[in-house]
Amino acid sequence: MTPTYYLVLSAALFTIGAVGVLIRRNAIVVFMCVELMLNAVNLSLVTFSRTTGTLDGQIMAFFVMVVAAAEVVIGLAIIMSIYRTRRSASVDDANLLKY
Amino acid sequence: MSVNLAQETVSYAPAEGALSSFWLLIALPLVSAALLLLLGRRADRWGHFLGCLSVGVAFVLGLVYFFTLRGLEESSAELTLFSFMPVSELQVDVNLLYDPLSSVFVLLITGVGFLIHVYSIGYMAHDPGRRRFFAYLNLFVAAMLLLVLGGNYVMTFIGWEGVGLASYLLIAFWYDRPAAATAGKKAFLMNRVGDVGFLLAIFLMFATLGSVDFEDVFNGVPTLSEGTVLAIGLLLLLGACGKSGQFPLQAWLPDAMEGPTPVSALIHAATMVTAGVYLIARSHEIFSANETAQTVVVSVGAITLLIGCIIGCAKDDIKRVLAYSTVSQIGYMFLAVGLGGAAYALGIMHLLTHGFFKAGLFLGAGSVMHGMNDQTNIRRFGGLFRYMPITAVTFGLGYLAIIGIPPLAGYFSKDPIIAAAFARHGWTGWLFGGIALLGAGLTAFYMTRLFVLTFLGPKRWTEDITHPHESPATMTVPMILLAIGSVASGFLLSLGLVDYLTPSLGPETEVEHGPLSHLTVTLLTVGVSVIGAALAYLLFRRGTALEEQPARSPLVRAARANLYADTFNETVFELPGRLLTRALVYFDNRGIDGLVNGLAAGIGGGSSRLRRLQTGFVRSYALTILSGALVVTAALMAVTFGS
Repeated sequence: MTPTYYLVLSAALFTIGAVGVLIRRNAIVVFMCVELMLNAVNLSLVTFSRTTGTLDGQIMAFFVMVVAAAEVVIGLAIIMSIYRTRRSASVDDANLLKY
Repeated sequence: MSVNLAQETVSYAPAEGALSSFWLLIALPLVSAALLLLLGRRADRWGHFLGCLSVGVAFVLGLVYFFTLRGLEESSAELTLFSFMPVSELQVDVNLLYDPLSSVFVLLITGVGFLIHVYSIGYMAHDPGRRRFFAYLNLFVAAMLLLVLGGNYVMTFIGWEGVGLASYLLIAFWYDRPAAATAGKKAFLMNRVGDVGFLLAIFLMFATLGSVDFEDVFNGVPTLSEGTVLAIGLLLLLGACGKSGQFPLQAWLPDAMEGPTPVSALIHAATMVTAGVYLIARSHEIFSANETAQTVVVSVGAITLLIGCIIGCAKDDIKRVLAYSTVSQIGYMFLAVGLGGAAYALGIMHLLTHGFFKAGLFLGAGSVMHGMNDQTNIRRFGGLFRYMPITAVTFGLGYLAIIGIPPLAGYFSKDPIIAAAFARHGWTGWLFGGIALLGAGLTAFYMTRLFVLTFLGPKRWTEDITHPHESPATMTVPMILLAIGSVASGFLLSLGLVDYLTPSLGPETEVEHGPLSHLTVTLLTVGVSVIGAALAYLLFRRGTALEEQPARSPLVRAARANLYADTFNETVFELPGRLLTRALVYFDNRGIDGLVNGLAAGIGGGSSRLRRLQTGFVRSYALTILSGALVVTAALMAVTFGS
């Protein structure tokens, strides 16, 4: 099995996610892009697990999923409370913590 | 002390018998001063008696020690009390020395001091601070006694500083008067200038000889290089000039008149200003070893005596005229001790006779002020002879003594000094002798002016004075005793003082004859004095204008401005100091602070610019992280695959 296609797909997904984080303002979308990046990494972990024939990569992928799930819980809660106070989910509006 | 002519070594005998307790001389007034200050108001009722008693007992003890010393063969007594500064090489003991020179000073200080104490009981009777005044007077006497009894230069210096402190406290005694407070400060500061010289001289002695004991220093002088001796001599002279009010540090002395009159008498007659003369006479081994140092001392004396005379002629304040006469009389003493040889004893003799007549004159001036509502302007006195006969007679005797009319005290002491000045070799003899002679004439002139304007002539009183009165007995009795001293002391001292002082001041007792014989000089001096006095009498017997008249010549203007001594000091001493401080402040502000502040400002400015990076936009942070990750990855790849 050649990992090339999987890795290219993983890289493409990661790049889309990264660009999405950088250019989108809506916190929910940014969040989704972060998930996209995490899952792109998961894909490459699983790919390498298959090619080397060990289970380490797949175990790592499960860890990432668990962490991502926890992150979603906390992140969405934060976004909710920011929306409640500011009536906006734009990340650029929450810029009080600066010089 | 015994002086061995062959080896010229100085050694002091240890104190034995009655003399082993001569530290009591210092302790008595010191304890009394401490008691009066510590007991506070509880001692108000009897404090002045304790003050007088302690000095009186010290005088009696001084007489006992004086006669004990005369009976001794060694004619010196050294007493080491305890170790004061034992620091490896530097070993300074508290040791005291009682020799003929100290003994005459002790008698002068305690004797005249005692009379001034008694006088102060009456003079300060109405002052609420009388107890404090007596405490300071006792402190003054104690410090002065330590100065003349110290057995090494450090002890002398401690007494020296004590005198400075006591003079400050007394001149500024009426500290609620701004003029008195300023005068006290001025005296203190100008004394500091001189003290620095004295201190440096002590350092130099220790650096070159390893000791500050009189014995070691005097024996070590021949081993020193000429330059070192000159430096020590000139530094000691600077100290002496500060304390004795000599040129160029004479300006504090007349301002010291702001203190109560007994203080002026004490400072001018018995203590303080005599300290400089004592120091030079005590260090005669150093000054005799270097002719340049001696010439400088003589010049300082000559310049000062002229300055004192010239300004004395221009002043209208009775106490200031007397103050400038002190300046010029101390100038005579410096002239004498600078001439060296036999003239040392002459300087000391003039100091002693001056102690009598100057104390008498000041107490007389105080008595006049006491009866005239504390006025001091001689233009507004006149005709007081009839109202205060005792004051007038005692003052008159002091006046005749100071101008050197035979057979009063001043004649016996001032005349030989002028003769000794003429005897100096070469043209300098004519110069210094001429100045001394001129000074004698001027002294006669201004003292006659003072006496005539105060006691003779028409009344020129201000309206508020109706009944001038004679002072109480506590004031007149000391004046009478001092007047007797002014009359008799000169003749008595001329009988034996010079020989008595020989162990302290070296073996020469005969004043050499210069180009002029002693008789010629005597006739000249008396003649000049009589001419000066007669001139002043003719000018002022009908009184004078009530107000100061505008000055017609630059000399008068300069004399009224104290010959610009304050301006001189400001330009020569104060201005460079002020410029130096200003330069230092500038360097400190701009240089050192600039460096530190600049560094701080640079870092501060840089970081506030750097702070702008924190925009608060999450996405820009994300970009930074991403770029950083990219750079790290690129670097890793370059390292892994690049080579």
